[in-house]
Amino acid sequence: MSARTLPLLFLNLGGEMLYILDQRLRAQSIPGEKARKDEWTDVDRKRVMNDIISTMFNRKFMEELFKPQDLYSKKALRTVYDRLAHASIMRLNQASMDKLYDLMTMAFKYQVLLCPRPRDILLVTYNHLDAIKDFISDSPGILNQVDETFRRLIETYNPLSDGEFQLIRQTLLIFFQDMHIRVSIFLKDKVQNSNGRFVLPISGPVPWGTEVPGLIRIFNHKGVEVKRAEFTTAGNYVTPQREGSFELYGDRVLKLGTNMYSVTRPVETHMSGSSKNLASQAKENIAPNPLAKEELNFLARLLGGLDIQKPAGGESGFRLNLFTTDEEEEHAAQTRPEELSYKVINIEATQEPARRAELSRILGELDVAEPRPGSAGKGEDLLALMDGL
Amino acid sequence: QAAWCELPSRVLLVLTSQRGVQMYDADGSTMVFWHALDVPELPAAHSVFARGIAAAGGRFICVGTSFGAVLVFDIPPKGSNVTLSEVLEQHRDPITDIAAEQGQAPDGAGDLVTADDCGTLCLWSSGEEFTLLGKIPGSGCTCSSVALWNGIVAAGYGNGQIRLWEAGSGRIRAQLGAHARWIYALDLAPLTGKLLSAAEDSFVHVWKLSRDRDTDDIEVQHCHAECVTDTQVCGARFCDPAGDTFAVTGYDLSEILCY
Repeated sequence: MSARTLPLLFLNLGGEMLYILDQRLRAQSIPGEKARKDEWTDVDRKRVMNDIISTMFNRKFMEELFKPQDLYSKKALRTVYDRLAHASIMRLNQASMDKLYDLMTMAFKYQVLLCPRPRDILLVTYNHLDAIKDFISDSPGILNQVDETFRRLIETYNPLSDGEFQLIRQTLLIFFQDMHIRVSIFLKDKVQNSNGRFVLPISGPVPWGTEVPGLIRIFNHKGVEVKRAEFTTAGNYVTPQREGSFELYGDRVLKLGTNMYSVTRPVETHMSGSSKNLASQAKENIAPNPLAKEELNFLARLLGGLDIQKPAGGESGFRLNLFTTDEEEEHAAQTRPEELSYKVINIEATQEPARRAELSRILGELDVAEPRPGSAGKGEDLLALMDGL
Repeated sequence: QAAWCELPSRVLLVLTSQRGVQMYDADGSTMVFWHALDVPELPAAHSVFARGIAAAGGRFICVGTSFGAVLVFDIPPKGSNVTLSEVLEQHRDPITDIAAEQGQAPDGAGDLVTADDCGTLCLWSSGEEFTLLGKIPGSGCTCSSVALWNGIVAAGYGNGQIRLWEAGSGRIRAQLGAHARWIYALDLAPLTGKLLSAAEDSFVHVWKLSRDRDTDDIEVQHCHAECVTDTQVCGARFCDPAGDTFAVTGYDLSEILCY
């Protein structure tokens, strides 16, 4: 398996997460002047997107990410996104977070599966990054961070061979194996079957570098072509027009990895909990300390790098709902099949003295913004944030 | 990977992984031998694994590695005294597949072919010391799967093409625009010369190879195409030496489909 897979997994899943959050925030936002204290505005949305993106592309985080390493377990990775989604003033309930993660993973699984060439996974990644740059186009500081990561990707991955990309692709596919959550937008567009499996088209452009199947050419012992024959199949392929660009700027050509959500299309998932394979998956990792020491340190560093803004006066704060109503969210939480629960790990930083020391050391080295005393509502908190800049 | 290695005296089940090579008795009950690869302490940028398995010369089992080296193991007729007889170092890229001659090799054609990520093919003659008989340079496109029959090398590539090479001269004899995606598996039925190819494009094709001994003409015909709907085919094998039946496996598929 490839030890270079994690950056691609992380960035693409992160990109999908941002598409979904952006769509939900837009759908739930109210024009600035009309908004009540606890409702979303455009300013809030931009703030959330900026906070999450700048955390995602934090330099230290990226350096750690790009080190050759094995993929995290599904649980450990889920916990990272949990932290990331809460890097700002936004809060998500468990049910909404579950749904968000389902959508992210199924979307990227689809993109990996449908990549024409193994190397096109890079184009998918670049599509995500292009969109991320668009989200923060008016924040030059964060834009710089993203561009730096972009350059690092180009430097690390562009020179890899097809064989190495195929290994990366296989590593990703193994990570996504047996996940068949049905996504409404996929079902409607007929890219996913009702059994949760993706539709693999047998028509369309062939990958760049591949010829349209059907031709047999025979050569004699001198290397001269002596015969041609054709064969037909059910497939209906055509030659591709051009290759996508692997540079910092350019037309990627490939549509996989671009934003498929828009404000008007609601994002739903159906829980199909009937697969036998999922049941066996849930039995693994019930050990009390599922995170390896290395992974905990990595996450601890991420935690340490965050400006922990505690929403004053309780946990709800500025809640984002991935469902259409609160009742739906409640219902989803109660009816989620056992085998699909992510069993999110709550890191008890106080449990082991050694770990506690490590975390405290990291936290101690960084400035953590103290929550302003006495601020009661969203308006004051925003002011507090701005004062601190 | 997993493969049955049939030698005159015994059949071994060989498994390759990121750790190394394991060899088991035919019924899977005993592990006969275990060869560990040099795995670095911390993960390195370059992956370490063993890949490509074939029995050769009635006495050896050859296994490829991600370093490009091919390990040759000498297998005793009984017992577990397997030794590493030789390390072949002609490839510079990770080995993808190895195949032994399944028919009758013409003179000078060798009985083993090894393939790598860059598309380079090496032809060998097995023995106490393996001899390199020829090298077909790759063009950068991965040769993912290879078969050898009557001195014809059938090679499947990551761009969906199948090429037939003449083992003795290293010349290309046929080019098939076979698949629209990465070819995962090739298999050959030695009694009839049928070739099976399977790829990520959901298709499985059956071809017929033939070689005229007098004129040295190599022919290939397309016999049949099968589409395994919505499945990226990862494995395909004939179930009998004449190629009347074959089995297929795919990504996210927990079943083996038999045709």
